[in-house]
Amino acid sequence: MINILLIVFTMSLLFFAIGNRLMTYVKILALQGVLLFGIAFYGLIESDLLTLIIILLETVIVKAIAIPLFLRYVIIKNNITREAEPYLPNFVSLIIVTLIIAATFMVSNVIDDIHQHKIYFVVALSALFSGLYFISTRKKIITHVICYVLIENGVFILSLAVGKEMPMLVNLGVLFDVFVSVFLLGIFINKVGDVLQDTDVSQLSNLKD
Amino acid sequence: MILIYIAASLLISVFLYFNKITLIRKSLVLLFLLLQIIFTAYEFINKGFTEYSFFKADALAILMLITLTIISIPALLHSYDYIYKEKDNRRARSIYYVSMVILVMSLSAAYLSSHIAVTWIFVELTTLSASALIFHRRNPGSLEATWKYIFVSSISLVFVFIGILFLSLALGDANQETLHYETLVSLAPNLNQFWLRLAFIFIFSGFTAKLGLVPMYTAGIDAKDKAPTPAAAMFSSVLMNVGFVGVFRFYEIMTHSQLHQWANHVIMISAFISVFIATVYMLKVKNIKRMLAYSSIEHMGVIMLGLAAGGIGYYAAILHIILHSFAKSSLFFQIGHIYKTYKTKNTYFIGNYFKYNLSGAIFLLIAFICVTGMPPSGLFISEFYIFKALFEANYLIVLIPLLILLTFIFWALGKNVFKILFTPPVDFDESSIEKVNPYETLSQYILMGLVIYLGLFPPAFFNDLIHEAIKNLI
Repeated sequence: MINILLIVFTMSLLFFAIGNRLMTYVKILALQGVLLFGIAFYGLIESDLLTLIIILLETVIVKAIAIPLFLRYVIIKNNITREAEPYLPNFVSLIIVTLIIAATFMVSNVIDDIHQHKIYFVVALSALFSGLYFISTRKKIITHVICYVLIENGVFILSLAVGKEMPMLVNLGVLFDVFVSVFLLGIFINKVGDVLQDTDVSQLSNLKD
Repeated sequence: MILIYIAASLLISVFLYFNKITLIRKSLVLLFLLLQIIFTAYEFINKGFTEYSFFKADALAILMLITLTIISIPALLHSYDYIYKEKDNRRARSIYYVSMVILVMSLSAAYLSSHIAVTWIFVELTTLSASALIFHRRNPGSLEATWKYIFVSSISLVFVFIGILFLSLALGDANQETLHYETLVSLAPNLNQFWLRLAFIFIFSGFTAKLGLVPMYTAGIDAKDKAPTPAAAMFSSVLMNVGFVGVFRFYEIMTHSQLHQWANHVIMISAFISVFIATVYMLKVKNIKRMLAYSSIEHMGVIMLGLAAGGIGYYAAILHIILHSFAKSSLFFQIGHIYKTYKTKNTYFIGNYFKYNLSGAIFLLIAFICVTGMPPSGLFISEFYIFKALFEANYLIVLIPLLILLTFIFWALGKNVFKILFTPPVDFDESSIEKVNPYETLSQYILMGLVIYLGLFPPAFFNDLIHEAIKNLI
């Protein structure tokens, strides 16, 4: 079951590559939140009730509901046009993301010491590198925030692979920090919208030497 | 004590946020400074004592904490005269002080933390409070700088977190206890080398956003340029130190594994490229604040080269980072005065500083001598030890280009500083000049005096602390 969910997660990355509208991206994030809950639930089913409740809070409430709603609010408030405006055509993005997934797959096959976590590792690293790729090829700064959340989702999967032992305190701290970062980034998009009337990366390239 | 300290700082920042009366704000800031001094003294007396299993006052933490306290006093007090002259609203001013208090608090906690994940949490907190400080002016420039800083730092801290996860893979059976630095050092020889390599790459490149090295140094430059002067003074000194503490504690683990030599080479490549990039930009930039920010990059590169060279380089690296904090923060305070006089940061429109502000001009001359590492500056001594360490470790191939690059930096900095001091400015209207009170320069002289004093006659307890901080390094 976990494997199916992880594969669906990887497919959502491919879908992200060909998505054209901002709302599609936000919906993909919400879907990933639900998938993460499933993965965490099946992975941690034997642990105690408190852990399960916190995981539920972290994935469903924050990742699947709060962050997508907040991003939607930012998009509507700033009248951001719904096109994502990538620098490269979607077809090229699709090929590159496929290549990233294939490459991480091959790399993780070379490493002999991943024990049973190989699929976690592949999915997490693909999410990380595709997120970095999306950041560098999308024009709007709201997509940068969306891709930051995408990378965070990848890191969450990685932490599931290793981190059953991670103390709950640390997990809570991480959750808090991620939430505040996204919140702050969203507020700054509002500010950029107020000051510059256009939330575009090309507006943010005056500081240089 | 540390929980009381964190709770009290948070309480003070809540009061600062809601307070409307100037007198109460002043007394709250003074109260926080008092708290900071008492906390530092407490940790100094209780050296080596572990609190709540996550915080330990070891020698490195105490050195950094004392540095932070010394610098935060003028930074917070100068904020008064600095901010009063500006047309800003009460809300922006409250947020400024709240962020300053939270920044100092999270830096102290990050220095003291003895658990790698707790360090991560507090370093992330420094990013958030620092971005509020950069945004203080609320104009397009500061907006851009804030955006870049918060984004690059967040991504870098994700890298650090991935590194921590790889570290637990390297451990095999990770649990809460094993991610303490001390446990990790003792387990280091048995760690899985493949995962340890990955963990080091990720954690090192993540912390370079704070430390100011290649690859993630870019955001820090814009931040120091656009932040208010007292905040920029903190960014270029104590905030860079937190990146150093993060890298240093992980490097300690690496020295006990079989990957010591490999880690040295990684650090050396990154540090040398940083010095090179700093040189290239310093020859080019006209903005004096950005030039000092690049100078910090150069100093961090030299420090990390000392760490990688080993031997006496360890001692010199710690000495250099402390002295550099004092020197660079006092220089940034002085830039505030220059900006007040000329209303510009471009060296083209600045000149004849001796005529307009005598005490500041004398300070700038002394600071130039100190920061480029000429005797009698303490930075001369630490840089000399670092060169010696590189020579002894047979890294001539690094040392010779490094000396050539430092000569270029010396020339670039000297050209601009002497232009500011002696050449008449272009299109400068003398009538509307704003006089700087000479007493405000006093703190700068004290900080620069510390740079010379600590380098030439280091007190015994200071030397002992440095030796204790590096005793775990092989």
